[in-house]
Amino acid sequence: MTIRKDYIRPVDFRNGRVDMTHGSGGRAMAQLIEELFVAAFDNEWLAAQNDHARFALPPGRVVMATDSHVVSPLFFPGGDIGCLSVHGTINDVAMAGAKPLYLSAGFILEEGFPLSDLRRIVESMACAAREAGVAIVTGDTKVVERGKGDGVFINTTGVGVVPEGVDISGDRAQPGDRILVSGMLGDHGVAIMAGREKLEFASGIVSDTAALHRLVARMVAQVPDIHVLRDPTRGGLATTLNEIARQSGVGMLIEEKKLPVRSQVTAVCEFLGLDPLYVANEGKLVCICAQEHAQRLLEAMRADPLGRDAAIIGAVHEDAQHFVQMRTGFGGRRIVDWLTGEQLPRIC
Amino acid sequence: MKYIDEFRDGGLARVLASRIAREADSARSYHLMEFCGGHTHAISRYGIADLLPDNIRLIHGPGCPVCVLPIGRIDNAIELAMGCGVILAVYGDCMRVPASGGLSLIKAKARGAQVRMVVSSAEALTIARENPQCEVVFFAIGFETTTPPTAVAILAAKREGLANFSVFCNHVLTPSAIANILESPEVRAHGTVPLDGFIGPAHVSTVIGSRPYEHFAEEYEKPVVIAGFEPLDVMQAIRMLVRQLNEGRAEVENEFSRAVTREGNRKAQVLVAEVFELRKSFEWRGLGEVPYSALRIKSQYAGFDAEHRFGIETRPVADNKACECGAILRGVKRPRDCKAFGTVCTPDTPIGSCMVSSEGACAAHYTYGRWRDAVAG
Repeated sequence: MTIRKDYIRPVDFRNGRVDMTHGSGGRAMAQLIEELFVAAFDNEWLAAQNDHARFALPPGRVVMATDSHVVSPLFFPGGDIGCLSVHGTINDVAMAGAKPLYLSAGFILEEGFPLSDLRRIVESMACAAREAGVAIVTGDTKVVERGKGDGVFINTTGVGVVPEGVDISGDRAQPGDRILVSGMLGDHGVAIMAGREKLEFASGIVSDTAALHRLVARMVAQVPDIHVLRDPTRGGLATTLNEIARQSGVGMLIEEKKLPVRSQVTAVCEFLGLDPLYVANEGKLVCICAQEHAQRLLEAMRADPLGRDAAIIGAVHEDAQHFVQMRTGFGGRRIVDWLTGEQLPRIC
Repeated sequence: MKYIDEFRDGGLARVLASRIAREADSARSYHLMEFCGGHTHAISRYGIADLLPDNIRLIHGPGCPVCVLPIGRIDNAIELAMGCGVILAVYGDCMRVPASGGLSLIKAKARGAQVRMVVSSAEALTIARENPQCEVVFFAIGFETTTPPTAVAILAAKREGLANFSVFCNHVLTPSAIANILESPEVRAHGTVPLDGFIGPAHVSTVIGSRPYEHFAEEYEKPVVIAGFEPLDVMQAIRMLVRQLNEGRAEVENEFSRAVTREGNRKAQVLVAEVFELRKSFEWRGLGEVPYSALRIKSQYAGFDAEHRFGIETRPVADNKACECGAILRGVKRPRDCKAFGTVCTPDTPIGSCMVSSEGACAAHYTYGRWRDAVAG
């Protein structure tokens, strides 16, 4: 499709808003794609203007992951839905020990959404992808009527390649294994909550949103036989450990004293009656490996800026009930259970 | 966290634990009830029971405001929220409480009810100011701690002439519930259910003071130690109760002296007295009808009383027959004695009142402590 730019008024990114024509397949949509998405993501596949992207993959097994992003507020301390949608899917691919290569991006826009905000989000995605060395090679845009969306929803799908000999999977945790986390827990969830509830005392806490594939590459280079990797996003560390315990058919015991949590995050959770163990992260990973590899992995993680505060937090053991338990800093022992529904603030 | 971590110190906990073990008389047992859900939560979350000798047993009382809310009142709230042009503002932990017909506020919301989660009565007022075309009803629940903020909201609404704001009042009173437990046949008939002393409420006592408990100490000869919600507070209170029982004393002592006085918060008491009056009787889930145990809005504020405004009538709804919550709340049974516990009744599918909020005895045991049952059985 050729657009004679001389006869088209450029998209008004300053004052314009998304309307139904931007999703109708007509000229307005083509113009938005060209002036916004193709310009920002800037790669040969999008420039080819096909409905697909065609590429060759290096040798190895292909890893694919998808993630839809519906965060509110769209802009939060430390990030926005744009970079989050890139990091989230890159991390899902990376948790197989894979190198992420290509992304797709699907947008559902709500009629009336300011184009200035959309441009901010798309530029943030472009920046995140560039930094990660991953190309956004194909995409889609739909518009829903006002009131039927929440500004913008973004789905991203990622493809990567994992070398032979690396077999990282949630069902490989074994009794005796050690459990590591890559850094401070709960920053993202608290930053979002602070933004949503306008909690001024929580200022200064920013989302940890980040692409973890380089940290993973460093870890795999040191210890190819990592058993499990997973990013503790929704539901936090507690949910992730419960998922792995069930998948692997094991129990776990973690030490509260060894959990890295910022004091500000603890304070906000305390105030709202929440538990940092259940609060979302977007730039952290949980790693489970054989005991003899734990120290080497910890050192590799700490050598990476995204793993500076990494810690060994516990161990895997046999347990027919698949309980995740925690030795409390207080000296007692308790279950770290699945979350019941959403975590809600307590009144007492 | 300064001023909080100090009260969660594991080293101090071990010192306290060894002192409690030394002071507890191995020839007798100590049955201590913590009234408040906040204490129940702290005990389970920090594993305090693990640090106590076997002859000290903690009984989880009915002090979880969400748990004791009768089903009929939740039904009322859902009906209100389903109504045209009504926004119901509720505290987060009410959202999941099961009501009749398989509904809860969170499920009603999915069916189109206008339910907004708030963290304060002030937020409910803000919703009313921002939505003048809607009736905004604040679903007020809780003990003496949350009552003053509700009074403040009603007074502010009156001052501002906020005609679209009203309160569905479900505030309940701690002392009457304690009296109800002490009057129950199991406790009165000596030996059936031993109840030796109380760990008294923390936040509630900051408002009402320590004086209202003096009656229990005198009349029923049960020691009361008011304690903060931090784990070391609870342990220190247990030690103080053990001492009182060893010495044959039954007094009100205040471990939470950094926040509680004998008289309490007079300003808050005046606000509450201005807006609320006693109900003759109120249903408590798990305890049944308890005389003079709840508050209603005075007639001069009837314009802000949702019960008056919407003509609300509450139908009593019986608990599931298998549910042992009533007995658990009075210390007659433990969660694992209930056939429904952990089978059909779980935090995801709660049947009884003790399972509905994280502060309930069953939910706390399920969430933090059920591995002990697995070991035992």
